[in-house]
Amino acid sequence: MYAQLVETGSNKLKTLDEMSPEERQFQERINDEIKIEPKNWMPDAYRKTLIRQISQHAHSEIVGMLPEGNWLTRAPTLKRKLQLMAKIQDEAGHGLYLYSAMETLGADRDEEIDKLHDGRAKYSSIFNYPTLNWADMGTIGWLVDGAAIVNQVPLQRTSYGPYARAMIRVCKEESFHQRQGYQILLTMMQEGTDDQKAMVQDSINRFWWPSLMMFGPSDENSPNSAQSMAWKIKRHSNDELRQRFLDQTVPQLELLGCTAPDPDLKYNEETGHYEFGEIDWQEFFDVVKGNGPCNRERVEARRSAIDNGAWVREAAVAYAAKRQRRAA
Amino acid sequence: MQNLALKNSVQKNIAQKTQTPLTDYLLRLGDSALVLGQRHAQLCGKAPALEEEMALMNVGLDLFGQARNWLGYAAELIAAEGGGSQHKIDADHLAFRRDAHDFRNLLIAEQPNGDFADIMGRQFLFDAWHVHLLDGLAESSDPRIAEVAAKSLKEATYHLRRSSEWVIRLGDGTEESHTRMQRALNNLWQFTGELLQTDEIDQAMIEAGIAPDPETIAARWKATVEEVLEEATLERPSYDAWMYTGGKVGHHTEHLGFLLAEMQYLPRTYPDATVW
Repeated sequence: MYAQLVETGSNKLKTLDEMSPEERQFQERINDEIKIEPKNWMPDAYRKTLIRQISQHAHSEIVGMLPEGNWLTRAPTLKRKLQLMAKIQDEAGHGLYLYSAMETLGADRDEEIDKLHDGRAKYSSIFNYPTLNWADMGTIGWLVDGAAIVNQVPLQRTSYGPYARAMIRVCKEESFHQRQGYQILLTMMQEGTDDQKAMVQDSINRFWWPSLMMFGPSDENSPNSAQSMAWKIKRHSNDELRQRFLDQTVPQLELLGCTAPDPDLKYNEETGHYEFGEIDWQEFFDVVKGNGPCNRERVEARRSAIDNGAWVREAAVAYAAKRQRRAA
Repeated sequence: MQNLALKNSVQKNIAQKTQTPLTDYLLRLGDSALVLGQRHAQLCGKAPALEEEMALMNVGLDLFGQARNWLGYAAELIAAEGGGSQHKIDADHLAFRRDAHDFRNLLIAEQPNGDFADIMGRQFLFDAWHVHLLDGLAESSDPRIAEVAAKSLKEATYHLRRSSEWVIRLGDGTEESHTRMQRALNNLWQFTGELLQTDEIDQAMIEAGIAPDPETIAARWKATVEEVLEEATLERPSYDAWMYTGGKVGHHTEHLGFLLAEMQYLPRTYPDATVW
């Protein structure tokens, strides 16, 4: 759950000499690994990039509740229901931390949520894929949260203090979810019936490539990465993180006794890394642009929750005002 | 009314021969928590604010946890009596393999979510009863029940605080929220009789010192409801109104069948799957 494609508004890096004195001081602070805090001066583009990234990240947590919420009423045992519900609750909590971190930059939560609802703001493309069987609850924990963790662990050292600190809390919970997800799959593969095993493989087939896409476009296609890395918002390139994820995930796939839907996947003895086939970038950009299987449904679900709840929020505000008047 | 319901009740329980008043009583507690928890599960992603998203999941989670404790105890007792010889009887079996007529939850717990006033009204009327009942059950002569009740009471106290506050906010908020809250209350009121009704099973539990005195529970429930509704500027429907009962003996509203169809579909579609 994170941000995939964040505009920084610049594809060309300034050298220290080209910077204003303020910018230069800011960049030197970053180079020295000193965290930027809300009251520190920062370039406008840094502020805007972070608002975009953190809000995307927050939106991803919230939209990410929907594909899992889809199975909450149908979880097959009480234990799994409890786990899934606790996980979804954690995600709502992550959304709240992240919106708070974003607000330290002067952004307004409601305005950013409006952007999500009218299509101006993005969220992770993975949540535009449907959850079609119970094993998807395991696969999302294992692959999707797994990919999110690989992205988020370096963000614990991101240059903006409030974001870095939010990530420390988020990562702890995400690691727990990932183990739980893997456990769901392992149980079905090791103790389950043929039907259950088939569910697991089907789920992996559907979520494998979308999970690899969670790391964003390949490096040669990431014009905004250089600036994000110079500002140390990002600490590693998309392809680096994707490779790291794949290297740690393939042995777990083998332990499950499942296969990846990638005929080109193989281990390279010389490099010590797994090699994999070509990602369908057309699909990736389609989904990011709003043309994935569930994009419309997801945004509509969020929008209608907020619209249908307007009278409730108005009531809470009206009541608070009355109370204040009575106390005065 | 309650005697009629008892007489007509479908005596086709999961462990017909071994079901005792105690197991039936535990099923009532467990099923109400389970079914109301399931209504919360249906609300995921639909709350009016993120904070409520968390709160609704939190309450649902507590209720599922309580259901697991009550049903787990019921299952142990049924298994010890040699019930359910064909299947392993555990909490999951009770949750996922019984049909509606074997469910013993209160009718109020199975009512559909509706709008936020319906959700909060249902929760408040239930919580106001639940807190006082659990408070009594925490002193139960059955130590296992006392233990589960004491743990559940902490959670239910929090649930009641939250649902009371929402009933007050909506009742004393805007004109629209007041109208909606009053309507929800009027619609739900017919299911409150069941909270205070005492039948043969309750009576057996009271005599054994397992369940608390129903008069006390009823008086406390009424006091809580009156206090909150007054602060909420809402009109309390009459205690003498006609009451719809039957959940405790397995006669439900039309809503429960659909709720169970959704909840139980996986274990029923894959009956050979023993673990998930």
